[in-house]
Amino acid sequence: MGLRGTKVPHKKNTAALASEALPTPPVVTIPMSMHIGKPAKPVVKRGDEVKVGQLIGAPDGFFSMKIHSSVSGKVKAIDELTMMNGMKVQTVVIESDGLQEKSDEVKPPVVSDFDSFVEAVKNSGVVGLGGAGFPSFIKLGVKELTRIDAVVINAAECEPYITSDTRTIIEKSEYLAKGIEAVRKFMGVQRFVLGIEDNKTEAIEKLRADFASTDGVEIRVLPSMYPQGGEKVLVYHTLGRMIPRGELPIDVGVIVINVTTLAFIGEYLETGMPLTEKCVTVDGSAIETPKNLNVPIGTPIQNLLDFCKTKAEPAKILYGGPMMGLAVPSADNPVLKQTNAIVAMDEKEAKPPKTTPCINCGRCLNHCPLKLDPRAIARAYKLGEAADLDRLCVDICMECGCCSYVCPAKRPLVQTNKLAKAMLRKYLREKEDKK
Amino acid sequence: MKKLMSSVSPHFHGAITTQKIMLDVIIALMPALIASNIIFGLRALLVEAVCVAVCVLSEWGFEKICKKEVTVSDLSAVVTGLLLAFNLPVGIPLWQAAFGSIVAIVVVKQLFGGIGQNFANPAATARIIMMTAFSGTMTTWVFPDGVSSATPLAIMAKGEGDLPTYLQMFLGYRGGCLGETCVLALLLGGIYLIARRVITWHAPVAFIATVALMSLICGKDVGYQLMSGGLMIAAFFMITDYSSTPAENIGKLVFGVGCGLITILIRFWGNYPEGVSYSILIMNILTPYISRLTRAKPLVGGGK
Ligand code: SF4
Ligand code: SF4
Repeated sequence: MGLRGTKVPHKKNTAALASEALPTPPVVTIPMSMHIGKPAKPVVKRGDEVKVGQLIGAPDGFFSMKIHSSVSGKVKAIDELTMMNGMKVQTVVIESDGLQEKSDEVKPPVVSDFDSFVEAVKNSGVVGLGGAGFPSFIKLGVKELTRIDAVVINAAECEPYITSDTRTIIEKSEYLAKGIEAVRKFMGVQRFVLGIEDNKTEAIEKLRADFASTDGVEIRVLPSMYPQGGEKVLVYHTLGRMIPRGELPIDVGVIVINVTTLAFIGEYLETGMPLTEKCVTVDGSAIETPKNLNVPIGTPIQNLLDFCKTKAEPAKILYGGPMMGLAVPSADNPVLKQTNAIVAMDEKEAKPPKTTPCINCGRCLNHCPLKLDPRAIARAYKLGEAADLDRLCVDICMECGCCSYVCPAKRPLVQTNKLAKAMLRKYLREKEDKK
Repeated sequence: MKKLMSSVSPHFHGAITTQKIMLDVIIALMPALIASNIIFGLRALLVEAVCVAVCVLSEWGFEKICKKEVTVSDLSAVVTGLLLAFNLPVGIPLWQAAFGSIVAIVVVKQLFGGIGQNFANPAATARIIMMTAFSGTMTTWVFPDGVSSATPLAIMAKGEGDLPTYLQMFLGYRGGCLGETCVLALLLGGIYLIARRVITWHAPVAFIATVALMSLICGKDVGYQLMSGGLMIAAFFMITDYSSTPAENIGKLVFGVGCGLITILIRFWGNYPEGVSYSILIMNILTPYISRLTRAKPLVGGGK
């Protein structure tokens, strides 16, 4: 039996729209860190000429990633930007010359074995493009290759509005095939299971046609039920394996990789162009003409909004979709490597619902894919009972938002879960210290 | 540019609200309300109006006095008022109906923390308290034409008097409380609530099936047992109350079976001809334990 979840509106307005190139923005702001891990160090300074694909940020430590210029032009400033998590990071601000000249550094990598493959993935600067932004070379650079017997390709794209993965499948399926071949060849994995929700008919047809004769690639069409693309949910629905509490997909012999990430790896191996451009769905109630845009990384969100035109003043803008997306503080914020959508909501869509007392209806727990009890978690959190939070397993909550979505009282359940997780972490740390 | 809103995900919310749920329950109770007025005359409406008005007013008043947020717009007090009225005989003095309403809202609901916090069903508990306090008026059953009649359960228990036919029972022409007699109306309401996903089938089906099976085993008339007393109204409207019953399906099944067994026990072997209200209250008290024992385990993986 499948895991629980809920139906959310699809709003896939852009599924049938071919991606368009956004005209090169006059200025890009490229943060030196876009995800977890230490920020990169800028290797360019004010006044330097840069070209597309040129290294501008060098990694500083293990989790740190290479950052490349997405435009050709001149470095205007090394600045600072406050990121979503409140951390300040350095940014390289580049004034574009509009020519988009390619850097000489851009050359297809020479890959002959596992190590050089992982090195290439690292040099490409790619991170999880489904929104998570986890450095891909760490995910793929597993020590014990023999533990892995399957790669699950995440093409579920279960969030409302977002269709950038769908477009990647339709427009870049040959690169996806190259990515699969590379992983097969250099990592020795023979089984690939691609999970996709059944509302993406065009993409499914394309995949079925293109991979019909490829051995070891299974296209698994799954019901459109949120959160089908959640890592645990997808692995369970494609392979029937449950990732245990506190463990990773690799612990059940699986690597989960987003479809756009894998297609990008395939593309990089051929072209050598690092991650400097991203397909981004621009949609939401404030957008007049929703589109899929190919955008240089670092482009201010405002440029995307201007290109798609707004029909109302955006009251809330998200990196990502409405279920798990992050609200950005300003439209000046740049498109990041892992940005798959910009959702701009008008006043009405953005208005938070009125919260009323919990009526104990149980909808939250009856819809949680992981069978957590958010109302009990909320109670334990309020009482400060960290031991109870441990028993309630709040740490496995994937913050998918099903519980908040179905709650008739509009309780801020995900928010409480986040706080409860922090409380539990602190409690466990203190317990550990006492020992 | 205006400052952008910031909030934690999710940024979408389902359309359902507490108020919409309560409105659905009120809609589901309408057939029974109409039936009560056809069967027992327009005094039924008076009792219903008094109960609803006093429930809403006492909720409002209590929350005002305690300086709590006023929640009457969630319509839950209207539901409680209707359910309580449906559990009273048509001839109940209005002050007694008002008293019961205050008990239901203030004592059973608000003193325990308001909506979602009450461990017992307000209407069922208020009915029990009124049975004790006003046993005379609470067990006098009169039809509009002034003919008084015993309830079918009392007739069966005593073994004297004429039992109504199955059809009369189904349509509600029998002695009993206002909203509990018309099986047809209650079924309509129950099906509506299940179709609208306000309630699930688990508790009602478990309850009705248990009573049917036990009646069969004990050699009683299944049809009369099911259509008598407050069984049908309890099945769809009272043992499906959110805060006083288990939230998960297995728990709901256990709750329904438990209510069925206790009802049978009281009806066949107890001193009261009717046992539904007591069975609800007893099972309400057991609910935390049932919930704990039947609780789905978080999917932590491993060992599989
Ligand atoms: S869904 Fe909301 S109202 Fe219902 S039990 Fe959960 S928190 Fe309470
Ligand atoms: S508790 Fe966590 S995992 Fe469960 S529905 Fe809520 S957000 Fe999702």
